[in-house]
Amino acid sequence: MYTVADLKKGLKIILDGDPYLVVAFDFVKPGKGQALYRTKMRNMINGSLLDRTYRSGESFEPASLEERTMEYLYKEGNHYTFMDQQTYEQVVMEEETLGDAKNYLLENLKVEVMLFGEKAIGISLPNFVNLRVTGTEQWAKGDTSGNDTKPATVETGYALRVPPFIEEGELIVIDTRTGEYSTRVKG
Amino acid sequence: MKIDALWLRANVIKAIRDFFWERGFLEVETPLLIPANAPEEHINPISTLPSWQLQTSPEICMKRLLCSGHQKLFQISRCWRSDERGSRHLSEFTMLEWYRAGSDYQNLMTDCEELLQYVAAVCLSDSRCFVYNSVRVNPFAPWKRISVQDAFLRFGQVDVWDCLRKGIYEEILTAVVEPALAGFDSPVILMDYPAELASLARTKPENVELAERFELYVGGLELANGFSELNDPVEQRRRFEEANCSRRSAGHAVLPLPEPFLNTLATMPASAGIALGVDRLVMLTAGANSIDEVVAFTPEEL
Repeated sequence: MYTVADLKKGLKIILDGDPYLVVAFDFVKPGKGQALYRTKMRNMINGSLLDRTYRSGESFEPASLEERTMEYLYKEGNHYTFMDQQTYEQVVMEEETLGDAKNYLLENLKVEVMLFGEKAIGISLPNFVNLRVTGTEQWAKGDTSGNDTKPATVETGYALRVPPFIEEGELIVIDTRTGEYSTRVKG
Repeated sequence: MKIDALWLRANVIKAIRDFFWERGFLEVETPLLIPANAPEEHINPISTLPSWQLQTSPEICMKRLLCSGHQKLFQISRCWRSDERGSRHLSEFTMLEWYRAGSDYQNLMTDCEELLQYVAAVCLSDSRCFVYNSVRVNPFAPWKRISVQDAFLRFGQVDVWDCLRKGIYEEILTAVVEPALAGFDSPVILMDYPAELASLARTKPENVELAERFELYVGGLELANGFSELNDPVEQRRRFEEANCSRRSAGHAVLPLPEPFLNTLATMPASAGIALGVDRLVMLTAGANSIDEVVAFTPEEL
């Protein structure tokens, strides 16, 4: 168990059954008065922020979180299934939990899955993923409209802007941190 | 950045010394390692040698000097309080304390005005304003004085006695009253505390439920705590024992009583004394939001 004296930025604790990350902390002690511990915490499942003030004597359960490398298997409805290649253990995550990460999930992609007990609460992706363009308009030669990008769709269904010279069927590199086109994969 | 802060710190400390020397105060040094501090419910001393403690404030020794006939005293010394660490707190910090025989807390309020104006004139550039959390505070503007009762009513629409009964005094003070005090462009004196919040202070002659205690706030930052001194040894012993009772029920160590202090307290003339956080005064002078910015090293850097 943690006590209020352990509170600091970065600490992970369990509140009302959910894991929370302490994102801001201050010690407050008015003249000769009782000490107060002010925190701002982020719910690690839904991202919501919470302000809580504690007095000395309170204690907290540490949130034990584990990150494991898993492979993305398939999607069914809005449920995404991942598997640990060592133990063959599978976890399922909802689209909502994945957020933008779903845009880059191609079968067999290796990701880091954050586990809170048995429950998968998030994934971290490689910074760059390769995805094939499944739809984009032909670049009209001599186009002088000044547009330096055009819309394209990749095999996961994600839509983004790419340079005009990219053609359907090409493999491109996307930066998962920004969601933007990075470069083309020279075949 | 830190080099500038250290120059500023040295200048502030020199200005404080000059201020009190010019006014005929005797600068004293009293032992930092003592057998007993004044027991307080919410202040935890650091023990070093078996049964000895680092001082949480030089008050016990300085008041004994008042008992032996000294009239005007000041000291700049290190103090230690266990488990206090935040943007305004260090476990080891620098305290200025000064004492006046034949005076009460009103005289100390005047001292505070003159001291802050002196430090501002010497250490601040043209603006002559202290800054905390981007709030500019002019020590040359007329200072505001407001009672604790009025502050709770005016800023929180609550009764301070009611807050004490419900155990939410600190929450209302820090979440409502102190932020409201940050709205003033001059320093603010919060005065006349409920007697139970001033274990070493004299109560007001006309109302024993209020103590002649005040706190100085600059930009919402608590800077100094002063009061008319209690010099009744029987009452003082009772309050120390009460503090120890509260400590015991809160699971804190019961603290030894400063017996030589209690034994001489009856000879102390009517006096007033005050403690001012030097690190915080440097923060205000530097416009720093964290105490980390104005010390040579934080504990985490050691």
